[in-house]
Amino acid sequence: MAPFNNKRPDVPKLFSLAALLLLVTGMVWGVTGGLQYLMPGFLKPFLSFEKVRPLHVSSVVFWIILGAMGAVLTYLQQHTGKKIASTKLLKAQFFLFVITVLVILISYFAGIFGGREYWEFHPLLSLPIAIGWILFLINFLRSLGGLKNQPVYVWMWLTGIVFFLFTFLESYLWVLPYFRDHVVKDMTIQWKSYGSMVGSWNMLLYGSSIFLMDKINNHKKYSYSKIAFVLYFTGLFNLMFNWGHHIYTLPTHPHIKHISYAVSMTELFILGRIIYSWRATLTEARKNFYIISYRFLAAADLWIFLTLVLAIAMSVPAINVYTHGTHITVAHTMGATIGINSFILLAISFDLLNDTCQSFEPFKKLFSRGYWLANVSLLVFWLSLIGAGVLKARWQMSQQQEVFQDMMRQLRPFFALFLISGTTLLCGIVMIVYPLLRNQWVCYFKNNSKKTARNVYSNTPGERISAAVLFAINE
Amino acid sequence: MLADRQKVLVISLLIISFLLYSFSIYLNPPEKKEPVTLLSTKGKLVWQQYNCVACHQVYGLGGYLGPDLTNVYSHKGAAYIKVFLANGTATMPNFHLSDEDIAALTAYLQQIDASGSADPRSYTIQPDGTIQQ
Repeated sequence: MAPFNNKRPDVPKLFSLAALLLLVTGMVWGVTGGLQYLMPGFLKPFLSFEKVRPLHVSSVVFWIILGAMGAVLTYLQQHTGKKIASTKLLKAQFFLFVITVLVILISYFAGIFGGREYWEFHPLLSLPIAIGWILFLINFLRSLGGLKNQPVYVWMWLTGIVFFLFTFLESYLWVLPYFRDHVVKDMTIQWKSYGSMVGSWNMLLYGSSIFLMDKINNHKKYSYSKIAFVLYFTGLFNLMFNWGHHIYTLPTHPHIKHISYAVSMTELFILGRIIYSWRATLTEARKNFYIISYRFLAAADLWIFLTLVLAIAMSVPAINVYTHGTHITVAHTMGATIGINSFILLAISFDLLNDTCQSFEPFKKLFSRGYWLANVSLLVFWLSLIGAGVLKARWQMSQQQEVFQDMMRQLRPFFALFLISGTTLLCGIVMIVYPLLRNQWVCYFKNNSKKTARNVYSNTPGERISAAVLFAINE
Repeated sequence: MLADRQKVLVISLLIISFLLYSFSIYLNPPEKKEPVTLLSTKGKLVWQQYNCVACHQVYGLGGYLGPDLTNVYSHKGAAYIKVFLANGTATMPNFHLSDEDIAALTAYLQQIDASGSADPRSYTIQPDGTIQQ
């Protein structure tokens, strides 16, 4: 663990802190949505499901996006040994994102939508996000210098940033009637952009996790190796061309589906590589398990395996016919966003936020319990979704199909299980995240109160928050 | 270790292929024509304005709380749809939609219905693992 010091959080760390807050709030909305599955009509007059779902989805999507930006910006500085080129751009990027996310969440409460699944907010709010991302790209390129002899994670960061921008803009082509008016064409492009967009933020996260592994191992052998680049190009190839598995059942061009099916099967190479290096991974896990960050990377490794097996199966159209539109798809998404993305981000958060003025030692037990609770809960959560999905798949294919509500009633035991495991998962995550946020909060105000006491009488929470914002602007 | 020149070559080929593929999709609409009307295009915006996709699916894509609505128009009819839209259900709120919005949403559901079938029982599975609609 890094020595304790009195450093105040810099802007990239503020990205990580904001991301952690979004993770916790997003999970609270997830549990609320779970309650609405079990109790139809729960909170309906004030906060019906069409509001709760985007509150949950946008919070966790921005947890991933803000967390990934914080990771890339911090690790880029550690990689180059230099500060980010423009602090002004960095602050502008941070405030653009934080303010926009707040406005988005408030607009959902007010029932103002206008966008589409996953980006349900009014399309005008996509503009500050796109501008913020362009600032990110400019700062990244200026800080990096060049691509000569760079390790694989730098290539992953760069392609992740560029492709996120491309796919984000592509996902807004619907604002033009030429794309919007034709249902099948519109949905084809929507899922083309979404499929590749997920691949883009995975590039940012996987690149950061490779950097972190190098840091833990204290060498860069892997990130310059041939196999690292071969896997990177395989991932990029899939990012570009395998998105069609989302729309096998859409009556779009058959060649889109055939290309996706063929490209998805190249993931078997990645799966084979994971199985091949399983023993080495286990040995390494035993050696490094005492490192908090490493524990999350080890958990993410297991979830990569489970999610990849499910993803490859679902990429076969003959299997996809059964799983599509069922909770098996949700299980896959949860495995990927919680088991892989969130665990990688938590590993990174512990690396980025451990240099506070207070020790994590008193929280060791709490953290350890939270870690196991989160992992076991996620497994139960994942299995309950697969169970619900299997029943729904059977209903979808049955010749004497009963009415939808009767089928939903049969799924209730699984919904109860995913609500309980979702709640314990939230508890586990809070137990993990609490020490991180608490230490940052205590140390920040300990330092800042000395600095601001002369100017701002910051005793009330409201004044403290104002002082924090002022500090972030001045930093 | 791969040389920088090899990496640039691979990535350039991938990007060029990706851009060609993307523009071929933008420029070539799917073969089947849908009956697009002014009312149905307005209906799509109403669908988005009330975030219907949070609970409902189209071609199996969307939420899981309500039923898939791809072919609800041909299975249940316009009158049935209008009753639901005007009153809500135990789970679905009554959005107090105007008559014009209800007509637009119904027209949009009619357009979706005409685009194809989302019933997986109607698909044929080929020996190579692909499906035919």
